Amino acid sequence: MVTKLIYHYASPQHFYPLAGRLWPLFAIGASALAVWGLWLGLFVAPTDFQQGEGYRIIFVHVPVSWMSMIIYLAMAFWALIGLTLNARLSGMMCRALAPTGAICAFLSLWTGALWGKPMWGTWWVWDARLTSELILLFLYLGYIALTNAIDDPRRADKAGGILALVGALNVPVIYFSVKWWNTLHQGASVSMSRGSSMEKTMLTAMLVMAVAFWLYAIAMALYRVRSIILIRERHAKWVTALPGVSPTPAEGSA
Amino acid sequence: MSGFTAVVKRDVVLAMRRKTEVLMAVFFFVVVAALFPLGIGPDLNTLRMVAPGILWVGALLASMLSLNRLFASDYADGTLEQMALAPTGLTQLVAGKVVAHWLLSGFPLVVLAPLLGVQFDLSATALWTLSLSLLIGTPVLSLIGSIGAALTLGVRGGEVLIAMLVLPLYVPTLVFGAGAVQAEVTGLGASAHLSILAAMTLISAVLSPWASTAALRLALES
Repeated sequence: MVTKLIYHYASPQHFYPLAGRLWPLFAIGASALAVWGLWLGLFVAPTDFQQGEGYRIIFVHVPVSWMSMIIYLAMAFWALIGLTLNARLSGMMCRALAPTGAICAFLSLWTGALWGKPMWGTWWVWDARLTSELILLFLYLGYIALTNAIDDPRRADKAGGILALVGALNVPVIYFSVKWWNTLHQGASVSMSRGSSMEKTMLTAMLVMAVAFWLYAIAMALYRVRSIILIRERHAKWVTALPGVSPTPAEGSA
Repeated sequence: MSGFTAVVKRDVVLAMRRKTEVLMAVFFFVVVAALFPLGIGPDLNTLRMVAPGILWVGALLASMLSLNRLFASDYADGTLEQMALAPTGLTQLVAGKVVAHWLLSGFPLVVLAPLLGVQFDLSATALWTLSLSLLIGTPVLSLIGSIGAALTLGVRGGEVLIAMLVLPLYVPTLVFGAGAVQAEVTGLGASAHLSILAAMTLISAVLSPWASTAALRLALES
């Protein structure tokens, strides 16, 4: 039953309408939770006694940092499925996730810099986490550049898949090497751990925001994968039969 | 003669027939290393401190520059296709090509690095560690680089793309390679760094020919 469902929706033709029904739900959920989380974070949560009001950026910073890593894992997962089971949709999902992941990594660095300026007095520290987040952003950009440079979509998906897997194997190595490099060079000049325990409303707000970003990422990936499916399958009968789609002349490489 | 050694020999002989290309990468390494003191200033204390990093980054870039050569000409004239059809198995032949690439781009740097290190006033033990770290670490550059070269084979703007793909993956090698020399200079001893470098070389030796082969087959299919 479950395998049957999976096989059914592994076909782009069947997944397209499903994604169309699902993404608004995820988007609504993301917006609602974001409003709730931001309200909790910006108005309800108390001012931090050490960091003042500036700490409130963590309600965006921490969730996007998590998402940037989780999305890379999700990409590696889809890449593995795409390469082993030769499923077309996996490659499309992988490519649909990449821009969201890159945005999350970028936002994580940006908000981190905004937080670092008042707290540490500097926009940037060569801290292990910052550095590995920067390299993660490079990995995302490399993936996007590679898949965009290859014209044949099948090769682009698989080449991107190999790169995503190699990258996923490398991410922990990079993190630990940078961590070791950092501790050897400048010692623990900056400690990111704040206090022993977090105030309860702060934690709730952060978790709510984290779920909101999860839903946002899923909604964006589903929305984007719909566009990718349409472009890839534009010569297929079921696409030309969709309302509002005019048949395209069959020329150039699909 | 097995396919592996045959490919190593063939690639080395081919490169020796056109020595300029091999020498260019080596010369690039020398020029980059010479540029840094001009930018930083001639103070020997500073130079001694930044030397391991500069020489390792130079090695990274020099090794990367020659990656395009790895498969491109064989791909263009159809040799690669014949290799894919050969009974030896493409993975073995790819491993041979990677070894040849290292012999032509990594090994000269190992030999040359102490000479450049002297310009940076590194001590004798530091020079020795520098060479040793390059000897153990540069194979990783060829191995990981071969994945990038295979992925970008025949792709528009491949020369720049390969840098974007490969350089982030080089980070651990750089950290431990330059770190080994740094640790030797500060008196911590380089053995831990060198062991980790060796571990990375061994792991990538197992995994990367396999990934490169998969990427090459993709390039050949399309």
